[in-house]
Amino acid sequence: MAEHVAHVERKRVYVTIWIVLLCFTALTTGVAYIDLGSNWNTVVALAIAVCKASLVVLFFMHVRNVSERMVRVVIVTAIFTLTVLIVISFSDFATRKLIPPPPGLRQASHIVVHHLGEEQ
Amino acid sequence: MAEEHAALVAEQFDDQLQQYQTATLGMWIFLATEILFFGGLFAAYTIYRYQYLPAFEIGSHHLSVLWGGTNTAVLICSSLTMAMAVRCAQLGKKKPLIAFLFVTLIFGFLFLLIKFGEEWRHEYLEGLAPGVNFTYHGPHAVHVELFMFFYFFMTGLHALHMIVGCGIMITLIILASRNYFQEKFNAVEIAGLYWHFVDIVWIFLYPLLYLIGGRFPH
Amino acid sequence: MGTASAATLPGSGEEFHLHYLNVKHGLKAWLLTTDHKRIAWLYFFTTTFFFIVGGLAATFMRLNLISPQGALVEPETYNKLFTIHGTIMIFFFLAPAVPTVLGNFLIPMMVGARDVAFPKLNLLSWYIFITAGAIFLYSVISGGVDTGWTFYTPLSTMYLNTHVLSAAMAVFISGFSSILTGMNFIVTIHKMRAPGLTWFRLPLFIWSMYAASLIFVLAMPVIAITMALVMIERIFHVGIFDPALGGDPVLFQHLFWFFGHPEVYILILPSMGVISELMAAFSRRRVFGYGFVAFSSFAIGLISFIVWGHHMFVSSESAYAGIFFSAMSMAVAIPSAVKVFNWIATMYKGSVSFEAPMLFALGFIGLFTIGGLTGVFLASMGLDIFLHDTYFVVAHFHYIMVGGAIMGYLGGLHYWWPKMTGKMYPDYWARISALIIFVGFNLTFGPQFLLGVLGEPRRYATYPPNFQFLNIMSSAGASILAVGYLLPFIYFIWSAKYGAPAGPNPWGARGLEWETASPPPVHNFDVTPVVTHEAYDYEAVSETVAVS
Ligand SMILES: [Cu+2]
Repeated sequence: MAEHVAHVERKRVYVTIWIVLLCFTALTTGVAYIDLGSNWNTVVALAIAVCKASLVVLFFMHVRNVSERMVRVVIVTAIFTLTVLIVISFSDFATRKLIPPPPGLRQASHIVVHHLGEEQ
Repeated sequence: MAEEHAALVAEQFDDQLQQYQTATLGMWIFLATEILFFGGLFAAYTIYRYQYLPAFEIGSHHLSVLWGGTNTAVLICSSLTMAMAVRCAQLGKKKPLIAFLFVTLIFGFLFLLIKFGEEWRHEYLEGLAPGVNFTYHGPHAVHVELFMFFYFFMTGLHALHMIVGCGIMITLIILASRNYFQEKFNAVEIAGLYWHFVDIVWIFLYPLLYLIGGRFPH
Repeated sequence: MGTASAATLPGSGEEFHLHYLNVKHGLKAWLLTTDHKRIAWLYFFTTTFFFIVGGLAATFMRLNLISPQGALVEPETYNKLFTIHGTIMIFFFLAPAVPTVLGNFLIPMMVGARDVAFPKLNLLSWYIFITAGAIFLYSVISGGVDTGWTFYTPLSTMYLNTHVLSAAMAVFISGFSSILTGMNFIVTIHKMRAPGLTWFRLPLFIWSMYAASLIFVLAMPVIAITMALVMIERIFHVGIFDPALGGDPVLFQHLFWFFGHPEVYILILPSMGVISELMAAFSRRRVFGYGFVAFSSFAIGLISFIVWGHHMFVSSESAYAGIFFSAMSMAVAIPSAVKVFNWIATMYKGSVSFEAPMLFALGFIGLFTIGGLTGVFLASMGLDIFLHDTYFVVAHFHYIMVGGAIMGYLGGLHYWWPKMTGKMYPDYWARISALIIFVGFNLTFGPQFLLGVLGEPRRYATYPPNFQFLNIMSSAGASILAVGYLLPFIYFIWSAKYGAPAGPNPWGARGLEWETASPPPVHNFDVTPVVTHEAYDYEAVSETVAVS
């Protein structure tokens, strides 16, 4: 009854993924003790985390052979929305300090600040 | 609707396949909301980390990589046993199903024990609990407190999900021992999705909280 | 199951018509129901209650603003009034109203299903909703809250002594109700469609409900976590958003508006779906450019997630981020305009009739267009610096939310009322009501555009005397608007008892929901329909065949 609904994964696959995940954990911890220079430690740590998460999603959560195709769309949509939230709100903070506003805008904001100061 | 399906298929569905796919899709959409739920925190974390990186490094270096790494391994092991439990449920093997669910539950408890009993207790005693017992007065104290807040809140929210997960495990064990899953393996599979998701959150929390700026001598 | 036997009864006999309303009686049968149609009614009564509470708060505000010094209340009370009005109308009336009342009732019927995908979660969602509502009412009764519906930090977390915690808790909880509803709808639309009901045969209401549900699922979790942070900052005095403690208040605004802007599309998208239905039904024509209208819902949903910074042009947001947000905000006008043009084109050469629902729909198009165009003003950064936080903004979003969302809701209620109750309401009075609401609405909010341009800031209990004339005009308009809203209360209640039987299809409309009895049987259709034509097939005869 159950078999025709879900795909049953082989035991060996689960165990392999488990070993790989443990190795990745050791790797990410080990790399933290090596100075890779500038931000590379963060990049490597995040890259490993993304690999681990992908393995869990694809194998443990059966997305590799899920019978409902929409599941993949749901995952991509959620990750895309999260990326939008992080990247766009972050870009506000990043551009605020790195690039000075163009002269016209600076003048305009100056006027506004001045104007507000008068009101208070 | 055939009569013998009545017990297996809820009345709004036509057949078992539809019910199965519907439940799977529903759970994934719920997990999508969870991604955004944690995502708000990750966004705030990213922005503050960018603004106050030195303070975040100091805060991070107060955490225990040993226990954080151990807990990562514990969760990965629990994910394996959960996946095996789902497999047993799919194959209709009752005894190994209960055994694997039980081991998963034990791993969950172990994780919570290390989290609260070892790590949180330690950090609290060290005076690093923001708003409760924060006595750190070194450089960047204000923003170290901010980091510690994110640490406590993100791991706390994760632990809350773990507690819910353990509750689900207990429920599944009881249901399985009453032969509930002989035909309806679906609940175990759906619970498995949730459990693995909580594991994934931790996979990101571990490097983001414990390993900021690396652990090499500066 | 008793319900299963009801579905197989021949539900056509006049004197023995077993339907979802008379199949079981008693309070318990209603409070523990998992029937999506009954849950729609539960939502109808609760959201209507909140509409009345929020409307009363607005009444007191408009009364107070008759005099420049404030005719009625202290400024502190006024702050509480607009907070109560905003929070209740957004979180406890508008966001749930169309999706949970019309959506709950119609989505399973329109896709030819027996129920939503998860009926128990559907009921749970209502209980979460009323829990949240009760907590908010508690915060109102125990002294009120004066943060505004936006809960801006650090005002909300550090400075106010009012009941911010319970109010934030209420919003936090209400988010989960919406999440469950959105999840349920998405899965229902995907997995529960009747045989033959392909995506492009679906009614456009389904498409826009789908887009709105997507926003529910993706935006609500963010407001929930943000409210959790507000509560924690308030309880533990940690500096998440308070600059004095190392936090950043603008980050709160990012998180809040990441939810807050898509939220306004949750309010308007379902009403847009209603308008598409009404336009087709009362023009006797297929909606012009079906594909464009369908995909414009998704375009609106998508773009709504990348415009939130237009609320923050004057709050130290980077000018470069501002340029991006400004451009994207203007881009939303494109799919919105696609809808408006297609609705108008639908009427062209159609045989248009002006029953009450159509009057509401036409009102929607006019008012939404004004609201949308003034939104483009506000999207341009330079102009927004001067119009920000003035009555211009208030007028703009009321044209969208009241002129748009509520007009659409009322139009939908009038259109599907015969289906929901099996009874007709007096069309004459309904037309009068539509007319009064249209006039009253414009009198209320039209002057506020002028007040905003003249520089009256929003959220103040008092104002300079030279603004008094326009304010009195606005208050007078509000009283007319109130009469317009009161009328449906009276004739809807009247019709439930004395209305003429509606019959299965009083409007001669297409769409699956009209092919079953009014009120529908417990499982919606006596036999699962097989769909062979699209929802607006007004040229062809219905070819729905029954299979067993
Ligand atoms: Cu907006």
